[in-house]
Amino acid sequence: MLTKNGEEQRSVQTTEALASDQRKQSSNKGQCSLDFAQDYAPALESTQMVSINSRYDLFINGKQQAPHSKSYFQSINPATGESLAEVAIADEQDVQLAVQSARNAYDKVWSKLSPAKRGRYIYRIARILQERAKEFAVLETLDGGKPIKEARDVDIPLAAAHFFYYAGWADKLEYAYPGKSVRSLGVCGQIIPWNFPLLMAAWKLAPALACGNTCVLKPAETTPLTALLLSEVLQEAELPPGVVNIITGTGETGSHLVEHKGLDKIAFTGSTEVGKAIARGLAPRGTKLSLELGGKSAHIVFKDAAIDQAVEGVINGIYFNQGHVCCAGSRLLLEESIAEPFIEKLKARMQNLRVGNPLDKNTDIGAINSKAQWERIQSLIKIGKQEPGNFFQLDTKLPEKGYFIAPCFFTDQSSSNSLSQVEVFGPVLSIMTFRTPAEAVVKANNTQYGLAAGIWSEKGSKIKDVASRLNAGVIWANTYNKFDPGAPFGGFKESGYGREGGLQGLHPYLEVVH
Amino acid sequence: MHQVKVRSQQGFIPIPHVPIDAVSLSARTKTFKTRSIKKDSKLAGLYLAIQMTDLTTLEGSDSLQKIRGLCTKALSPVSHAFQLSLQQKRPELPPVPRVAAVCVYPNFVADAKCMLAGSGVKVASVASGFPAGQVPFAIKEADVKAAVLAGADEVDMVIDRGAFLSGKYQQVFDEIRGLKEICGDAHLKVILETGELGTYDNIRLASWLAMEAGADFIKTSTGKISQAATMESTLVMLEAIADFYRAYGKKVGMKPAGGIRTAKQAIQYLVMLRESLGSEWLNPDLFRFGASSLLNDLLRQIASQVLGHYADQDQFSMD
Repeated sequence: MLTKNGEEQRSVQTTEALASDQRKQSSNKGQCSLDFAQDYAPALESTQMVSINSRYDLFINGKQQAPHSKSYFQSINPATGESLAEVAIADEQDVQLAVQSARNAYDKVWSKLSPAKRGRYIYRIARILQERAKEFAVLETLDGGKPIKEARDVDIPLAAAHFFYYAGWADKLEYAYPGKSVRSLGVCGQIIPWNFPLLMAAWKLAPALACGNTCVLKPAETTPLTALLLSEVLQEAELPPGVVNIITGTGETGSHLVEHKGLDKIAFTGSTEVGKAIARGLAPRGTKLSLELGGKSAHIVFKDAAIDQAVEGVINGIYFNQGHVCCAGSRLLLEESIAEPFIEKLKARMQNLRVGNPLDKNTDIGAINSKAQWERIQSLIKIGKQEPGNFFQLDTKLPEKGYFIAPCFFTDQSSSNSLSQVEVFGPVLSIMTFRTPAEAVVKANNTQYGLAAGIWSEKGSKIKDVASRLNAGVIWANTYNKFDPGAPFGGFKESGYGREGGLQGLHPYLEVVH
Repeated sequence: MHQVKVRSQQGFIPIPHVPIDAVSLSARTKTFKTRSIKKDSKLAGLYLAIQMTDLTTLEGSDSLQKIRGLCTKALSPVSHAFQLSLQQKRPELPPVPRVAAVCVYPNFVADAKCMLAGSGVKVASVASGFPAGQVPFAIKEADVKAAVLAGADEVDMVIDRGAFLSGKYQQVFDEIRGLKEICGDAHLKVILETGELGTYDNIRLASWLAMEAGADFIKTSTGKISQAATMESTLVMLEAIADFYRAYGKKVGMKPAGGIRTAKQAIQYLVMLRESLGSEWLNPDLFRFGASSLLNDLLRQIASQVLGHYADQDQFSMD
């Protein structure tokens, strides 16, 4: 599968001898018709508990409202390419309506409510999310293409956990800033990405509400459905009308929102390109801004690491959620003396990654989120292949319909390779080597981004030393992609500013008065 | 890091120190547990688990009749009527298979061998001062010799954990190698007693030591202490086996033993085996379960899978 280098070819063969062919279809056990070596029988999650409307309107002032624009777009299931529902497009007037309703709710209700009562609403949202977790998980998978096991075990539980966590802060803000007093900002415009749709909504809404703000949330164009289902939860929780407004639409809707002069705060998670444009637009105004942007995070493996576990960490770091993770460990830095056996192990491990129907409970890698993203990743892979280096991709049968890409990586990369610099946001790993800890640090930092990093070593002093020299907002040691509402998340350099999660996550939604 | 090496006739053999990260290890085993194995995959797993079972009795109270009962069950795990009911429902299914072996004390090897002659079910014997291994080497040798002479196809020996933990790796190595020689054609399974080794790093080191010394199988536990096989300790050993295969091209078998009582657990182990060593290891020559009560749960689950309802406890022999 590697093409340019004879030695690499041999190591692939050993790998395959060990991993064998996991996907063989026919039995080789003679008379026995049962063979555990065959592919696992499909274990599809039922979609019965989710009812998807044929059409979704905007959620403004506590109720569903048809858009002024009268226009709708399709939300596609990327695993099939089929439309799930049509979703309203908010135009400038709809945005105005949403911001106005958030302003009214702020002035008349939310800012006057006691902090403990605010907290109670947020707790209620968290509990209802937990109760309806399965429904949300299935919808998240249908709308976004992520494996059901991730939606079920990561996205939804973490989203609920965020609401629980910040509900607790609502009446304890004075303890977060001892000796100072704080006040809410007002109306927040929040734009979230498509990779963790509900979780990102929770990251945005929970701290904003806990700090006493009201919100206009704009979900991503390709994944609006769980945010719209969340609007049902908000109604069920009897959140006062207008405290949270959810407006759907395209990038244009997002532009209308950030350009709206009635906002006190804008929070954006998404691409660095759009983030820069927002920051430029807001430059003449005092609107508070927090940005959580791209990344090209380095995953550093030293020779004294627990190698088999590091392989797991690398797999999780880059192939989790199809690599649609802003903090994905998309650059693997291997100590040169272990690079060859490590890559061999990585290949062997990849043989067991199951790419396919996201609703199958055994699927590890689901569908790429959209056709546009699929095309972007393919074109980046093409560029990578044209540059120096070797390419390896898991040889597996992909579903005929929908947008799928088998996990892959490039070896023999340097910091000059495109794929060591450009954020792919897909299941594509760029592997390079280093000789000393100092070189590892230089290479890890040699990027425009600074979101996350991972370090694998069994030597604690080395971990602390290297961590202190990395320019990254989040650094994991001997693990990767671990999230907790209590831990702040955010970046350096072009990965953005402001923190989400933890006590630090309150700060973007507060003004410290004195 | 203290470099471990042992002396053999061929010279010094380095025993690599491979650190294990316990948190990530445990996270990995959870991914195997969350695999959803249904329908014919589940049935295939249940059949395979039976074929991989070493039906075991290792009690001070074992007697000839107890062993006879065990062997009879090994020969025909289910009644004729039960077999018929399965075939009525799913005629294409193969008959419920036999277990891989019975595992007994050396005293009962000859009797078990006699009862199982020609059946394909092997006789395994624990030996070497089981379960503690705290007897003079000469006695271990005699123990193994007796088992082999009585006809044991497989010998399950224990390592001296005290020696291992006090750093006497050479002694552990020499004992395994010495007993392997006595085994002749009999397969040697080396019990590490992982619950006494204290760390995953030690389990990994002991696995490598045993494989270098000639183990055909490495086995987690005696079943005689409360901490028996775990998914984590088994995964450490599976990864050691994978590395050993990469280094020498030799396939060593794996036997988790003790504490595996349910079909659900057995299938989780099979998923782990499949997704770590691959399908080449999915056969009784390279993987065994050491268990006594597992078999009946496997049979109950087969009944439920094929017939659509659970069988009565008493439908299967308690021997």
